Order: sequence, then structure tokens, then C-alpha cells
Amino acid sequence: MTAREFTLDDLRRILRAAAGADESVDLDGDIRDTAFESLGYESLALLETGSRIQREYGIALDDDVLDIEHTPRSLVEAVNARLSAVAR
Amino acid sequence: MSAPVVVSGLGVVAPNGLGAQDYWSAARIGKSGIGVLSRFDSSRYPSRLAGEIHGFTARDHLPNRLLPQTDRMTQLALVAADWALADAGVRPEELPGFDMGVVTASAAGGFEFGQGELQRLWSQGSEYVSAYQSFAWFYAVNSGQISIRHGLRGPSGVVVSDQAGGLDAVAQARRQIRKGTPLVVSGGVDASLCPWGWVAQMAGGRLSTRDDPASAYLPFDRRAAGHVPGEGGALFVLEREDVARTRGAKVYGEIAGYGATFDPRPGSGRPPTLRKAIELALADAGVRPGDVDVVFADGAAVPELDRIEAEALTAVFGPRGIPVTVPKTLTGCLYSGAAALDLATTFLAMEAGLIPPTVNTEPAEEYGLDLVVGQPRAAEVRTALVLARGHGGFNSAMVVRVGRPAETRRS
Repeated sequence: MTAREFTLDDLRRILRAAAGADESVDLDGDIRDTAFESLGYESLALLETGSRIQREYGIALDDDVLDIEHTPRSLVEAVNARLSAVAR
Repeated sequence: MSAPVVVSGLGVVAPNGLGAQDYWSAARIGKSGIGVLSRFDSSRYPSRLAGEIHGFTARDHLPNRLLPQTDRMTQLALVAADWALADAGVRPEELPGFDMGVVTASAAGGFEFGQGELQRLWSQGSEYVSAYQSFAWFYAVNSGQISIRHGLRGPSGVVVSDQAGGLDAVAQARRQIRKGTPLVVSGGVDASLCPWGWVAQMAGGRLSTRDDPASAYLPFDRRAAGHVPGEGGALFVLEREDVARTRGAKVYGEIAGYGATFDPRPGSGRPPTLRKAIELALADAGVRPGDVDVVFADGAAVPELDRIEAEALTAVFGPRGIPVTVPKTLTGCLYSGAAALDLATTFLAMEAGLIPPTVNTEPAEEYGLDLVVGQPRAAEVRTALVLARGHGGFNSAMVVRVGRPAETRRS
């Protein structure tokens, strides 16, 4: 079975729905390596984002991947790692 | 003697006007904001009228990040706080955070937000409940969000005493200022016109079930049969008088006196204590009854409560001894926002030299009140008394004195 893919655009969509987007940040720009904190998100915003990813994709994420010092790249990778683990 | 504490800015969100100017243009001529509740289908509920705020779109006023995490009452409160600070000419980002606090009143918390999350909990499961439910429903959330938005890190809190809260919060803000915090944002904004909030209010047993906006809420009238609920309120910037004057701020007036009492247990045979609250407030302000120009009454529109309030007023001021008004008849009862809005109305009445009217009521002769009905009354208002009562026995009274004229206006 092929693993479903979680893309940066999926993350953008879920971030917007979960917590909105800071007007001073271009969420559609190259945010891959910018820490969530610098994108204007606090821990609760990430908690809500993580909760929505988990229920939409039917996976469980470790709490430590939802850290405001982490970046979208690391979260996307963590979600895809879980998705392929589930598909195996 | 303690340093005078003054109001230097106000923000109003009311069913008959958004912003102090719009609100006052409606209130001064007795324009009502009460109508058939439109937020949800109320046709199968016993009460169907409300004072709703129409035309408020939160995203026009607030950062996008705040929208998914706030109940409507918080969105309204955040906007009222913005307006109050702007009106006062205060830019909090330029001031030390620990020199500014925020004390609001709340009667219900974020009911509409909470209802949505409870619905998700029971229909979909706990993983569907928003992480923001952790605070969005909470009584203290307006204070918290205002504090975060403007960096107000000084003494802060929330007061929960139903409708009396609007005055109790401002009194608490005055205490904090006297203890050394130069500026406190205070007042109350409530909004819970959702099905869950509606049935909670119905359970209080004091909602009018009449369908005609012209006869639904009639304080001090023989036909009185409860109140119409509404949403909104007012927030203020309070400062020590010398601080406000040093920075050349406009001063609306002084929070000159405050008294609060709690009624004896029902059936105890002891009398209610509203009169005592009034006397305490007058004594605190150092004024005699004859110095007061107008009373903004609680106006419960429950016969027993109207009688108690009328007796307290005639005992202190004499029969027909002072003009009394209930501008809430234009908005409905706004719970913790009610007395805060009355305070704002008091300052606007002082500026305009006009007492806004009570509408629809035909005053019952036996209450012995000089109720300002139907039309506004021209009057010099220099000292005013605002009364508020909360369900369960809270009585609060606040004396407000006009700012000293010669120095009160920015050029």
C-alpha cells in the first residue's frame, strides 16, 4: 500500500483552519525552514494543528514534534514518517 | 485622602450602536436595539426578543490569529478595549507593561464557543474539541486576551458578580490604581446569545416572554414581567487623575465613590441592602444625596425588585427627589456589560447635558420615582449614581463626578 503524502500545502491549510495566520507573515512564501514561533504560532496553536492532522490522517504524533522551535519542514517529515510507518 | 481615579477613555459595543458616538446618538433619542433574536431560531423558546449587536464583523477589527481562539464576547471586548485605549490617546506598546493592568467583569464566559466545542465532544469525540476551548469559554478570558494583545502585565483579574460586576470591576481597577498601578483597563462586555446561553438565562426565571419589543421590558411599570437579554458593554481606561492630566488627556470624569453589599438570605426577615450600598457609595464620594443629579437605575423589571429599588431611592433621595433613568430599556440587560454601559452613558450624558430616556415604561405611581420617560431631559449632570444588582444578592452603587471643566479638554 502506498503511503498518503502530507505536503507543505496541507500544513498551510490546517494551520490556517486551526489557528489563523499572522498578517505580518506570508504563509504561502518559503516557510519551510522558519520556526513556528517566528511564523507567529504559540504552543496551543501547534497543539490544535497537531490534533487536526492526527484526526484527518488517522495517525498519532509524538508530542515532541509539535514544538514552536521546530520548522514546517521537520513537522511535514515527521507526519510523512508516521504515514509510511502506518502504510507498511 | 486617596488620589482621585478618572476615566480618560471609553469604548462602547451596544445593540443600538457600535462605538461611543453611534451609541450615544441612539441612546440620547431613545432609539432601541431590541428586536426578534436572529442569531438562531428562537421560535420554539419561551423568550424570543434580544438586544443583538448587528453589523459587527470581528475580522474587520482583529488580527486573523485571534479569530479561531475567541468567543464573540471576547471579540467584542477586544474591540471595545482598542477603542478605549485609542480614545484615551494611550499607546500601551510605549509604556512599561507592569504599569498597566486589566480588570473585567464576566457573567457567563464564552458560551457560544463552549457550546460548539461541547457539541463536538458529544457528537464526534474529545479529539475534535479545540485546544482553544481550554480558555475561550473561561470567565477571565477577556482580561487575558486584552492583557496579551496590549502587553498589560500589571495587576489584573476578573470579577464575577452577574450584573453588579460591571461596577465591581471598575471599583477593583480603582483599588489597583490607588495601590500604585498607573493605568488599568476595566469594565465589562458580555455576549451569550446562543441556544446554550439562552436556556441558561431562561433558567434564571427573569426573562420576559413577551413578543412585542415595545412592551417586553418595562422596569418600574405595573406591567413589568422580566427583562430582555442583550449583548455588549463598555470598557474604560482608568488612570490616576494627575497621571491623566500630566499627559494632557481628556478626562470624562472621576470614579468618586463605590459601595457594595450582599443581601441577607431569603426568608431571614432582614431587609435588602441596596439602600446601604447607595449610602456607602455616597459617603465614599463625600457627597450628600442633594448633590447627585441623576440615577442610572438597575431596573430589573421584576415587581419585587423594582419595589426594593424604588424604596431604596425614595429613602435616600425622597419621593420624586431625583431624576431616574434606565437606558437599558434600549439595549436589554447586558449582564456584566450592563452597568459598564450605564457608566459610559453617564459620562456621555455629562458631556451632552442630557439625561437619556427610559423607553416604553409607564411609571407606576406608587414607586414614587421621577423617571425620565420617552424623551431625553436637558440637565446639567455633574454627579451621577449608577446602580447594579446581580442575581443571588449582589448590590453595587457607584458615584461618578464630572471632570473639572477648565482643564478637562485637549486643545
